[in-house]
Amino acid sequence: MSARPVVELEHVTFAYDGRVVLDDVNLTIQENDFVTVVGPNGGGKTTLMKLILGLLEPSEGTVRVLGTTPEAARHRIGYLPQRADIDHDFPARVIDVVLTGRLRGDRLRGSYTDADRDAALRALEEVELADNHLRPFSVLSGGQQQRVIIARALAAEPSLLILDEPTSNLDVVMERGLYDLLGRLHENMTVALVTHDIGFVTDITRTVVCVKHSVVCHETGELTGELMSEVYGRDVRAVLHRHRDAAGAGSGSSEPR
Amino acid sequence: MNEFFQALAEHAFLRNALVTGLLVSVACGTMGTYVVVRRMTYIAGGIAHCVLGGIGAAVYLERVHGWTMLDPMYGAVVAALLAAVAIGVVSLRASERVDTAIGATWAIGMAAGVLFLARTPGYAQDLMSYLFGNILLVSVRDMQLIGVMDVMVVGTVVAFHNQFLSISFDEEFARARGINVGFYHMLLLVLTALTVVLLVTVVGVVLVIALLTIPAAISGRFTSMLSHMMGLAIVVSAALTTGGLALSYGLNTPTGATIVLLAAAAYVVSVVLARGWAARRPAS
Repeated sequence: MSARPVVELEHVTFAYDGRVVLDDVNLTIQENDFVTVVGPNGGGKTTLMKLILGLLEPSEGTVRVLGTTPEAARHRIGYLPQRADIDHDFPARVIDVVLTGRLRGDRLRGSYTDADRDAALRALEEVELADNHLRPFSVLSGGQQQRVIIARALAAEPSLLILDEPTSNLDVVMERGLYDLLGRLHENMTVALVTHDIGFVTDITRTVVCVKHSVVCHETGELTGELMSEVYGRDVRAVLHRHRDAAGAGSGSSEPR
Repeated sequence: MNEFFQALAEHAFLRNALVTGLLVSVACGTMGTYVVVRRMTYIAGGIAHCVLGGIGAAVYLERVHGWTMLDPMYGAVVAALLAAVAIGVVSLRASERVDTAIGATWAIGMAAGVLFLARTPGYAQDLMSYLFGNILLVSVRDMQLIGVMDVMVVGTVVAFHNQFLSISFDEEFARARGINVGFYHMLLLVLTALTVVLLVTVVGVVLVIALLTIPAAISGRFTSMLSHMMGLAIVVSAALTTGGLALSYGLNTPTGATIVLLAAAAYVVSVVLARGWAARRPAS
């Protein structure tokens, strides 16, 4: 498959309340890449994802997603928000939660079609919860609820899947299971995963994006223990100039442009 | 109880009160469910107390300035909508200051109402009935207005049920889907405001919160779908207003307060019953 850019950020700066969160970011994510986004807390990982989703507007620079604006591409992006603001006792069935992933802002009609229901059920099959689709969301375990939230992201049949720390409330076994699922899903879509535990994903991830006010990319082969400690350590600047040009990141090209 | 049914046959005002209670329950159970799951109780309280300002202004203009077309309920609707929009704008712009804005709206509305009623000759004693309800005084015109507002509330909820569910469950995700969260949030506030006005006719400004939240809270313990929660909340609300009306007739107590205390008792019973129900529910 010919690689074409799914996400393109050019000279993107984002400031909030006068504080620069992201500074002059250039990032290209190619089609069918599996990108793992790492970096310290407050470094701007979630901000970067929200810029791609069009939930935030860059102060400077341009964001293109799937060849268009984030707003226009939105319905083709599956999203799992960070520690989603979810009431775990919310009165809804599993299928009702997943179906909200089929809603679109550009359609006023709020009722669901058969196609919506089919897509929601397929998404639940992916996370192996199809048998539970009529059960109340509130009776599921934490891990099952998280899989429902993933199914909700998949229900849109997205070209790009963005998951912001999907494992934050899962135990280690469930986490492993989730990454197996992501490896499977990745066959059909581009995945951007924000995580703290990069150790789990080194075998499926292709590109690592380090976010700490600026953004730098690595091929997974470049990941070393030294690099990892540097990513989270204090003296990150010492490494920055060893990174290759961020604009050339992605599975399709390992050479700087 | 038999005495109550006899009285119903005899007195039109009691029949009106009964029908009003049933009509109001429709909007009450529907919007009360959103108020409970979206944790908007304080917002609803702010809107309710603002209603007094609108009622006061309407009564004042009607009596002192001869605006005879102005029904107190129109004043209530205007004040409730203004309060809903004001609170909505603040909650969308600066979420961390919402409680301050609501608290201020709450007190300003009350103060304006007290001032207007004090300036209206012969109406100062009506303050009590606006504060604590006057279901025995509802007119046929009030009931028609309540019916119209019921249709508006239920019609809107049916039309946008999925969007409301989406923003109530996960606002951030809804926004990422391109849903206009601000618009639907505001729409819910407006519907809540209309419902509050309906409830004011039954239990008065001060007691609205109880009737808006308790039936939905009881219902939420036994249901796991938003639509079921609404349906059961409507039934519970209808039972409580009817039961409270009968009880207050028999005991010769104020109707609004009797309904609220009956609701409180029902809530306690539901907590106990729900324990047993939860134990029977399939484990995950």
